[in-house]
Amino acid sequence: MNVHLILFLAFGAVALAGAINLLAQTHPINSALSLIAVMAALAGEYLLLGAEFVAAVQVIVYAGAIMVLFVFTIMLLNAGVEERTKGSRVAVLFGIPGILLGSILVAWVVLRHSGTEAVAAGALPGSPQTIGPLLFHEFLLPFEITSILILIAIMGAVVLASKPPSAPRKVS
Amino acid sequence: MVPLSYYLLLSGILFACGVTGFLIKRNIITIFMSIELMLNGVNLSFVAFAAHWHSLAGQVFVFFVMVVAAAEAAVGLAIIIAVYRTRETLNVDQVTLLKL
Repeated sequence: MNVHLILFLAFGAVALAGAINLLAQTHPINSALSLIAVMAALAGEYLLLGAEFVAAVQVIVYAGAIMVLFVFTIMLLNAGVEERTKGSRVAVLFGIPGILLGSILVAWVVLRHSGTEAVAAGALPGSPQTIGPLLFHEFLLPFEITSILILIAIMGAVVLASKPPSAPRKVS
Repeated sequence: MVPLSYYLLLSGILFACGVTGFLIKRNIITIFMSIELMLNGVNLSFVAFAAHWHSLAGQVFVFFVMVVAAAEAAVGLAIIIAVYRTRETLNVDQVTLLKL
């Protein structure tokens, strides 16, 4: 047990506990807070993998911006405790065999390829200095396309969330 | 040193938790958060593979996934607000306007 493995297990346990808590909680605000814990733990995992810029962006964009949006919406809509309804029959019908199939597949892959070489801590320098040129040279076209995508998303959000125009008053 | 399979296992479990939440949750906001959880699980495997194959392209793809997640959250939450305004509920079982 070296330090890297211990840190991996610690962050992984936090991420796993957060993910299961997200499922177990019935109030959306509790689910949102546990999702923030998952994201923070994943940022720690990224740091272990040497992706320091990704870890910083994960905290700023995901745990910061996106989750604030979620919490803001929950507060705005005054979301209460989830009402339990009759479970979907399709979910039971396909979900349980799907879970079994998925776990068998994952277990098979892990057992078969458990001899893969270990990933060293900080093996890859993921600093902004190395990611920047890649993002602005090799991936320039996808980068520009995502800027158009985010522009469309902003306009769509503004149009969708804005109040519908009230009916014009009739002039008597 | 942590084997790559450990990272992939964690990523797969997070993704599976997201799928489970998507299927069993009835609150539309929680369903949305389950989608975010799935995207996070995929991001972890992207970064793990980037470190394993010594290619930074995997880390660049994480940014694109994050941008898509941000756009999806913005539009999706706007749709949720619009749905709440007309239907007065967040329960997906009661939003049955398209059902026969």
